[in-house]
Amino acid sequence: MKKILTPFLIVLLSFTSCSEDLDDNLSLQNLTTFNFTHNWDGTLVTNANFNNIVYTNANGDLLSIERLRYVISDIMFTSSNNEIIELDVYNLVDVTNNNNLSFTLQTQIPTGSYTVSFTFGLDNEDNAENYLDLNSESFNVPDMLGGGYHYMQFDGKFINSNSEEQGFNYHAIRAVDNPGMNPTFPQDTFFTIDLGVIDITSNTEIEVQMNIAEWFKNPILWDLNDFNQMLMPNSTAQIMMYDNGQNVFSLGEVIQ
Amino acid sequence: MIKRWLYIIAFIALCLSCSSEDTGYEPTVQPLDIPSIFSDNIIPPIIPIDNPQTVEGVALGKKLFFDRILSANGTQACASCHSPQNAFTDNTPTSSGIDGIFGTRNSMPLFNLAWNYNERFNWDGTALSLERQAEEPVENPIELHSNWEAVVDRLQEHPEYPELFRLAFNTNTITKELTTKAIAQFERTLISANSKFDRYSMGQTNLTAQELNGLDVFLREDKGDCFHCHGNPNNPLWTDNDFHNNGLDSSFSDLGLGEVTGDPNDNGKFKSPSLRNLAYTAPYMHDGRFATLEEVINHYSDGLQNSSTIDPLMKQIAQGGVQLSDQDKADLKAFLLTLSDPSFIDNPSFHN
Ligand code: HEC
Ligand code: HEC
Repeated sequence: MKKILTPFLIVLLSFTSCSEDLDDNLSLQNLTTFNFTHNWDGTLVTNANFNNIVYTNANGDLLSIERLRYVISDIMFTSSNNEIIELDVYNLVDVTNNNNLSFTLQTQIPTGSYTVSFTFGLDNEDNAENYLDLNSESFNVPDMLGGGYHYMQFDGKFINSNSEEQGFNYHAIRAVDNPGMNPTFPQDTFFTIDLGVIDITSNTEIEVQMNIAEWFKNPILWDLNDFNQMLMPNSTAQIMMYDNGQNVFSLGEVIQ
Repeated sequence: MIKRWLYIIAFIALCLSCSSEDTGYEPTVQPLDIPSIFSDNIIPPIIPIDNPQTVEGVALGKKLFFDRILSANGTQACASCHSPQNAFTDNTPTSSGIDGIFGTRNSMPLFNLAWNYNERFNWDGTALSLERQAEEPVENPIELHSNWEAVVDRLQEHPEYPELFRLAFNTNTITKELTTKAIAQFERTLISANSKFDRYSMGQTNLTAQELNGLDVFLREDKGDCFHCHGNPNNPLWTDNDFHNNGLDSSFSDLGLGEVTGDPNDNGKFKSPSLRNLAYTAPYMHDGRFATLEEVINHYSDGLQNSSTIDPLMKQIAQGGVQLSDQDKADLKAFLLTLSDPSFIDNPSFHN
C-alpha cells in the first residue's frame, strides 16, 4: 500500500505544481489568508499565556484565560463599485489548541480594492444549519436555548470580591428568553466586523486582532462579580456581550 | 524539466510496485459500518492509512484480544480487564495484572475509539494512537507483564497464528507492529450507537417525562451543565475527548495529564469519559472511586473539591456544587441510563 502511495503522491504533486505555474501567468486571482491574533490591550496573548491569573480588566478584576474559541463566518469583499463577493464560510478559531488561527479562503479574490468584513458568530440562517465539525467540537447550544452553536466560549478564573478564585464562562450565543419548547429571541447578537478598505494586489495575508480586554470594557464596564457563570440563558448578559463585542476586533498587519 | 522526469520515474515506480505484488492475495477490505446517528452528526472516524480495516485483520485482532498468549504466564488477556459484558471494562476500582498487583487506575471501557479525534488514549492521554496504546499493556509489569520479543516468538511458533497473520497482512513474519495493528482494527469495530437515546434521537422511541427532565438538567447551565464536557444530542459520542479537572480532589496523588505534559496547569486533569454504557461500567472515575451513579451525581452536586486547576466550568465550588434537588438527581440518573446500549454488550461479534 505504502509502496504505491508514494509515487502516486509524486504524480499528483507534479500535476498540481504544473497547473500552478499556469495560474500565476494567466489570472489575477489572489489567495487570501486571515490570521487571527489575540492581545490584551496590546500585549500579545497566545495559549502559552493561558491559565495564569495575570490580566486586569477595566473593572480592576484580576483574571486568567483557560479556554478561548469562537466562530467567524460569512466573509465579504465589497469593491468600490459595490460588487460584493460574499463567501458562505465559517471558521472555528481555537486559541486553546492553536487550531485554525490561520484561515485561507478556497475562493480566490480578483485584484482590487475592497471593504472587507465578516460576521462574529453565525447569522440566524447559518446558526440553524447542522455543522458536523462544530458538533464534533461540542460547540452546540442546547435546543431549549434555541439550538445552533456558541459564537464564543471564553472560560477563565477571576479573583472575586471575597479575594477567592472563581470560574467565569463568558459564552456568547444568540440571546434567548423563555427557554424551553418555544424560546424567544429578544435581538440578534451576532454582529458584523468591518475591517475597512484593503487593497488586494497579490496573495494577501490579513491579520485580524482581537483585543480580549475589550470584552470587559466598552460601552459596558463588565463586573465579573455580577456576571460570571450561567450567562447562556441570560439575555441581558448576551446583549451586553454583543455591545462590548463591537470594539473587540480590528485590522492588523496586511502582508502582500 | 525536473518535474517531468519525476513524473516519468514515478510512473515507472508505480508500474513496478504493481507488478511486484506476486501472490495476488489481498485481505478483504471491510470499512467500518458507521451508524447513521454518527454520520448525520459528527465527522468521520480516524483510520490510519497504513492500517486499513480488513475482515482478516479484525478477526485476528479479536483472537489476540481474547488470547492469554499475550501475557507472560498465560493467565490474562486484554479481555481480562476489558470484558464485553462490562462494555469492555471491568467491575473493580482498579485492576490486577498477572502477578496479582493492582494498578492505580480504573480500566477504561472500549467503544467508539475511532472517533477519539485527537487520538490521545488512556486517562491521561499518554498513548498517541490505538496501535501504540496496544503495545503498552503487554509489557506493563502490573498488566500482562510480558515482553514483545517473547510474545512474537510464541505467536510465531503457534499452530494457527502464522497463517492468520498471512491472511491479514500478507506475510508469515509476525511482528509487534502487525500484532498491535490487528488489535487496533478489532478495537475500532467496537461501535456503540444503539441506546434508547439514539433511538429517541432518530424518532424511533419516546423518553419518559423523568428522562426528559434529566436531559434538561444535563443541558441547563444553571443545573447540571454537563454538556460542555460530555457531549449533547448533536454530539452522540457523549464526550469531548478532552482533559479536565472535574473537582475530585484538592491535591493530587495522580497528576494525570500533568504527568504527561510536565505542565503544572494540567495537574489533576483526566479525559472526560463517554457517558454511554454507564449501566455496565461501574465503578466510575479514573481511580474507580465511585461505586454508583448516585455517588457521581452527588459529587457534582455538592462534593466538589477546589484546586488551582479545577475547570472553570465547575460552579459554586465553595458550596460543593450546584445543589441539585433530589428529584433532579433522580431524573439526571434516569437520563444517563438512556445512553446505555444493551445491543453493544450482547453483540456476538464482540464475544469470544
Ligand atoms: C490489568 C488490566 C488491563 C489489561 C490486561 C489491559 N488493560 Fe487496557 N486498560 C487498563 C487500564 C487500567 C487502563 C487505563 C490506563 C491509564 O489511564 O493509564 C486501560 C486503557 C486502555 C485503553 C485506552 C482507552 C481509551 O479510551 O483511552 C485501551 C485502548 C486499552 N486499554 C486496550 C487494551 C488492550 C488492547 C489490551 C491487551 C493488549 C489491554 N488493554 C490490556 C487495564 C488493562
Ligand atoms: C469540566 C468538564 C466536566 C463537566 C462539566 C462534567 N464532567 Fe463528568 N467528567 C469529567 C471528567 C474529566 C471526568 C473523569 C474525571 C476523573 O476520573 O478524574 C468525568 C467523569 C464523569 C463520570 C464517570 C464516568 C466513568 O466512566 O468513570 C460521570 C458518570 C460523569 N462525569 C457525569 C457527569 C455529569 C452527570 C455531569 C453534570 C452534572 C458532568 N459529568 C459534568 C468532566 C466533566
